[in-house]
Amino acid sequence: MKKGSAIYEFLKGIWKDNPVLVMLLGMCPVLAVSNTVINGFAMGMAVLFVLVMSSLVISTIKRIIPSQVRIPSFIIVIATFVTIADLFLRAQFPDISKALGPFIPLIIVNCIILARQEAFASKNNPWKSLLDALGMSIGFTWVLVLLGLVRELLGFGTVAGFRVFGTWFEPWIVMILPPGAFITLGIFVGLQKLIMRRTG
Amino acid sequence: MNLIAIFIAAAVVNNFVLSYFLGICPFLGVSGRVSSALGMGFAVTFVMTITAIVTWLIKHYLLLPFGLPFLEYVAFILVIASMVQFVEMFLKKVVPPLYQALGIYLPLITTNCAILGMALFASLRQYDFLETLFFGIGAGVGFTIALLIMAGIREELDTADVPKPLRGAGITLIIAGLLALAFMGFAGMMGTS
Repeated sequence: MKKGSAIYEFLKGIWKDNPVLVMLLGMCPVLAVSNTVINGFAMGMAVLFVLVMSSLVISTIKRIIPSQVRIPSFIIVIATFVTIADLFLRAQFPDISKALGPFIPLIIVNCIILARQEAFASKNNPWKSLLDALGMSIGFTWVLVLLGLVRELLGFGTVAGFRVFGTWFEPWIVMILPPGAFITLGIFVGLQKLIMRRTG
Repeated sequence: MNLIAIFIAAAVVNNFVLSYFLGICPFLGVSGRVSSALGMGFAVTFVMTITAIVTWLIKHYLLLPFGLPFLEYVAFILVIASMVQFVEMFLKKVVPPLYQALGIYLPLITTNCAILGMALFASLRQYDFLETLFFGIGAGVGFTIALLIMAGIREELDTADVPKPLRGAGITLIIAGLLALAFMGFAGMMGTS
């Protein structure tokens, strides 16, 4: 896996430079909507759409954006795609849209997206930017889904709405509340570091 | 009464950082030292207050009369980006040491979800002008409180014996979880608002 090769650009976001566990970007949606698996997955897909589309557009038009106004330009491109995603979710999946609430529009200010435009898409060709965006959003989604899995399992005793534990199970309410989100993610970050060190 | 309730709710009961998870990036990044946390808190509160005023005016005098509510996100984020630029120029000119200390995090206020989040929540809950203003200030104060408490704890943490893999981000998140637990106690103050 050579640095700079296509496969490297794709894989780095999934584990080595995982946006959530290693770079600690885009934490707000990670913590806020990971109380169930479905919410986590929906947020992951919304971010995937916005990140991939904005990376493609920005890496294509990077030459005509003056560097002084690049950040506002990036944000307008991102905000446009977020508006599309928001309207789509509202029309097709009103329940999910309601559950995610203002966290869909908040994708605009999700640091992952702006950081990838600034650090990658504005310097690389559309093909590599596409791979980078895909890798980063898959890395983002799996952490979100796993976090949702743990929190939903312990907080409700269910996985994606299906009851796993019997009626004897006393739900850990704290897991679906804000403190549970912080503590679970903190433990995840520690585990990732531990595994990274073991495997080199 | 209602205005005070909104202020307190935004500042402590539903603290932006610890219960809405807004503004986590600067919360983790700038909370290493009390002095920079204070500077960041002030910058955010300032930008937030102005943003609350301007976004409300834009929504009610520009977007709604012309039937453009779908431009809400684009318009809000543009206001925030220009406010941040303004604060940056101001600090660079007037308080250079603070400008140095905040470094990279100042432009990042643009992507501080707390600011856009505040504008969106205010718009979603259909606050009137004064309510929006109090909500904005309250949210900024709440952000500053959370950041300051965190910075105070992290300064002490330098001398603590933390398990190696948890050092840095891991332990910070766990502490934030314990703080959130403590802040949940405030919920008893005013029901579930």
